[in-house]
Amino acid sequence: MSEKVPKIIMEVKNINLRFGGVVAIQGVSFDIHEGEIRAIIGPNGAGKSSMLNVINGFYHPQEGEIWFDGQKRPSMEPYEVAKTGIARTFQNIALFKGMTTIENVMTGRQLQMNKNIFWQMLRYGPAIEEEVQHRKRCEEIIDFLEINHIRKTPVGSLPYGLQKRVELARALAMEPNLLLLDEPMAGMNVEEKQDMSRFIVEVNEEFGTTIALIEHDMAVVMDLADRVVVLDYGKLLADGTPKEVQSNQAVIDAYLGVPH
Amino acid sequence: MEILHMIFIAPFLDMVALPDLFFQGLWDGFVGGTLYALLALGFVLIFKASGVFNFSQPILMVLAALALVSFYEMGINPWISVALVLLLMYALAFGVERVILRNLVNQDGNILFMSTIGLTFVIIGAAQWIFGGVPRSMIHAELGFPVGSSEWPMFGGAVYFEHIDISAVVLASSLIAILAVFFSKTKIGRGLRAVADDHQAALSVGISLNQIWVIVWFVAGIVALVGGLFWGARSDVSFALQIIGLKALPVLIIGGFTSVPGAIIGGLIIGLGEKIFEIYWGPMMGGSVEGWFAYVIALVFLLFKPQGLFGEKIIERV
Repeated sequence: MSEKVPKIIMEVKNINLRFGGVVAIQGVSFDIHEGEIRAIIGPNGAGKSSMLNVINGFYHPQEGEIWFDGQKRPSMEPYEVAKTGIARTFQNIALFKGMTTIENVMTGRQLQMNKNIFWQMLRYGPAIEEEVQHRKRCEEIIDFLEINHIRKTPVGSLPYGLQKRVELARALAMEPNLLLLDEPMAGMNVEEKQDMSRFIVEVNEEFGTTIALIEHDMAVVMDLADRVVVLDYGKLLADGTPKEVQSNQAVIDAYLGVPH
Repeated sequence: MEILHMIFIAPFLDMVALPDLFFQGLWDGFVGGTLYALLALGFVLIFKASGVFNFSQPILMVLAALALVSFYEMGINPWISVALVLLLMYALAFGVERVILRNLVNQDGNILFMSTIGLTFVIIGAAQWIFGGVPRSMIHAELGFPVGSSEWPMFGGAVYFEHIDISAVVLASSLIAILAVFFSKTKIGRGLRAVADDHQAALSVGISLNQIWVIVWFVAGIVALVGGLFWGARSDVSFALQIIGLKALPVLIIGGFTSVPGAIIGGLIIGLGEKIFEIYWGPMMGGSVEGWFAYVIALVFLLFKPQGLFGEKIIERV
């Protein structure tokens, strides 16, 4: 983050999301700069995950606009959003449990594999080359996230912390322009959190991937994030650098509670 | 003593004494087994792709066979009739995805299972209404499949080969082989396994559930057509074919619900087993053991190896 004007990769404008009578998000707008780590924080039920699901296409807001890569995005299904280069991980881990680590990561390449299906069936020529090439890229990502030792293990049997890492690997295999991480460190011990923080920073710095993440651990957020959005009861409470946000009275009230 | 001899010794002596009869039994069982395997594969594919046990698979087979015969009876060229049935199966796959599956994303497998039972009755009703309930004969001869039989001398006797059975084995095995490769080696195969495991995760890596579902249901329709063609040729084209279709259930219990090789081996075990059992052990039980043999074997498997021969071990982290 230097002097030059940052490019906005994603912007949500005045998002309203309701489930029946329940208002999940109310008039929230913010943007994400290319190459930054953007944190979304807030107390439980603040609408953080809902916001991620809106960006990702799982939820469709009743009002509001989503701008991605300088264009207003029409209402899209999640698999279409994935095609535009947005990858994500889930709060409750959504892996293909019956598959091994490498197979899970390979699914991240699904969209980039487009050689003829008949060649794939015959395991011949261009299709086999393509498979090898993607496989190589996946192995690199696996190396990078230090999960070599579980390459051939079915992920359903892995401990939680490693599953989180495999999920990140799968998202990275998509080589996304924007990576959404929903509580990447939830339920981890201190050491695992440190590892995960390191990976997030490295992904951001080495691959230049733009990251938007939801996290509860304030220390982690303040460390990692370039800018922070604070949500509370579905509304935008504050938006700024970690320092600005930390000293914002409304944020302090929301987190610590105020006498009514 | 007499009874033990009858059960454990006499049948084997018979096998050795008349090897041509034994071989005839093996061949007939093998033909049935291949067709069972094909049917079971229809179930396995949908189960793998959506975690749904598709109860409507047998009625799909009836529908395909009935539609084929009916189109032909309307005076349409038999091969064009086949094309029309394929079109119908595609339309059905598309409709099932639109009307049923799309609304049940992320629902429990049992709910989806119930919906296929519902679908079964809708198809039964619709098929009877449109095509009528009278049994017809299959048009395999009109389609150019060889009819009649050959008698080949072997093992000091002769073995009969129905020509249509030979076609059935060739076509069904090729279809099984193509499907096995299609679903294990291609990108669509990987997508399919992904969808079976986790809907949300599949969507997030850019796999369209809708597209995958239409593909698998269409493939199930193709399997139903080939199954219907040959089972229809072996008996009549009627709603009774459903009972044969349901025999895929014990096949799956033996082979495992998620395994393609399991469907093949399970099909052969049932096909060969019931034929041989019928010939050598049937008479002492008053015959017609073919009807229930498969289910007894399935019961034994449920007791001792409930995930089947090749089924996935259920991994559950607590």
